[in-house]
Amino acid sequence: MDFLRVLDEATPLLLQGLQMTVGISLLSLLFGMLLGLFTCLMSISKNKLLKGIAGVYIWIVRGTPMIVQAFIVFFGAPQLIQQFVPAFKIDAFTAGVITLSLNAGAYLAEIFRGGIQAVPKGQTEAARSLGLSKAKTMVKVVLPQAFKVALPSMVNQFIITIKDTSILSVIGLADIVNRAKVYVGKSYQFFATYIFVAIYYLVVISLLMIVSKYLEKRVSYDRKG
Amino acid sequence: MTEKVKVTALKKSFGKLNVLNGIDVSIAEGEVVCVIGPSGSGKSTFLRCLNRLEKATGGEIIIDGYPILDKHININKVRQQIGMVFQNFNLFSHLTVKKNIMLAPIDSKKLTPAQAEETAMQLLKRVGLEDKADAYPHQLSGGQQQRVAIARSLAMNPDIMLFDEPTSALDPEMVGEVLQVMRELAEGGMTMVVVTHEMGFARDVADRVIFMADGVIVEEGTPEEVFGNPKEDRTKEFLSCVL
Ligand SMILES: Nc1ncnc2c1ncn2[C@@H]1O[C@H](COP(=O)(O)OP(=O)(O)O)[C@@H](O)[C@H]1O
Ligand SMILES: [Mg+2]
Repeated sequence: MDFLRVLDEATPLLLQGLQMTVGISLLSLLFGMLLGLFTCLMSISKNKLLKGIAGVYIWIVRGTPMIVQAFIVFFGAPQLIQQFVPAFKIDAFTAGVITLSLNAGAYLAEIFRGGIQAVPKGQTEAARSLGLSKAKTMVKVVLPQAFKVALPSMVNQFIITIKDTSILSVIGLADIVNRAKVYVGKSYQFFATYIFVAIYYLVVISLLMIVSKYLEKRVSYDRKG
Repeated sequence: MTEKVKVTALKKSFGKLNVLNGIDVSIAEGEVVCVIGPSGSGKSTFLRCLNRLEKATGGEIIIDGYPILDKHININKVRQQIGMVFQNFNLFSHLTVKKNIMLAPIDSKKLTPAQAEETAMQLLKRVGLEDKADAYPHQLSGGQQQRVAIARSLAMNPDIMLFDEPTSALDPEMVGEVLQVMRELAEGGMTMVVVTHEMGFARDVADRVIFMADGVIVEEGTPEEVFGNPKEDRTKEFLSCVL
């Protein structure tokens, strides 16, 4: 075990991987949030078809491991598409973003739905009775309150998504775990290398938690005092 | 007097449960109507049909000449003219008192933000809460919240106000302050429909009292008639329990 040697040799490689991990997480969470909001609105709509589509999507994501989803997106889907478009190719990054976004989107949809349903019906009725449209009621009254309720679970999902990027190393995404594997393959410095990897994750997720604590304070209008 | 509200053969059922079984009422401009009756008799449902928070299953409701049950009517526009005050206040808990009052006037473009703020402050003064403008609802007592809720409705400058048991969720010592605001509103000529268990208020303020039971109007008349000389047995029985 030689921490200094590993620090010296592995840092550039690990930082590269960290960049990939953070980048793909941010991108996937952005898409996942949009997808989640959209799916959530579908699942609370009165339209049976939209509700059904949302339900099936969430069911599939929840009922299958992400590693299988990643294999389907990266290996399976291209094989199918190539039957029609022989030149079709997908790279690990794109497949990774798709997998993570689909995954986060489904869980976030459920989190948003829980938040929206936690807002008392009287809030909507008051807004509608004042003449606000359905959409305005959603945007001005329901969503701000739902956001507050959902924030802790959202942050939790963000953390899961960030950590789940490591699963994508199996399709060759050059994330931090993948880079670490490359390095230990040459150096056999398992202990020191993976301790550093763990520290990187801890730092990223701690930063996220600090931001979320700040946000939670900002929206804690109903805390006494 | 001009007719403000005309309800004809109003029916409402929830699935198999028939809650309103044909209600006919006509309310004149400036009239204060108190609706009394046992719990579960359909008073709230009746009130909520008037601004279409509940969708009537039959009959007709005409407000200010608009047949509001018509699919083609812009219900949001109609609702801007009808204030509603709820038993549980329903103040927007993420907004300050002032922002609660300003939201709808700004959203409907009735007022500019500056005008809405001015209106909010005037209304808060009127209900005696100008010092609470920047408080959040949870920082207020029930009575204060209900006064804010009334101010919020008034900010849209409605010409009809609906009250659904506005004092039922209040501690006894706060009932008076809310009734006082409503009394002033009535004296100012507002058309009001008030579902209430405050018989004293109904007796003093109402132009007409409606007694409802089992989804129909059993009896109606001036407070003197209904309280002093009820004709129907159901009315007598109910009044003997609450007076
Ligand atoms: N949304 C609803 N779904 C099903 N039943 C309802 C609903 N709202 C009210 N009811 C029923 O309608 C009846 C009348 O209720 P309501 O109008 O609230 O009476 P009141 O206000 O006179 O106490 C009650 O039996 C109640 O259970
Ligand atoms: Mg009721």
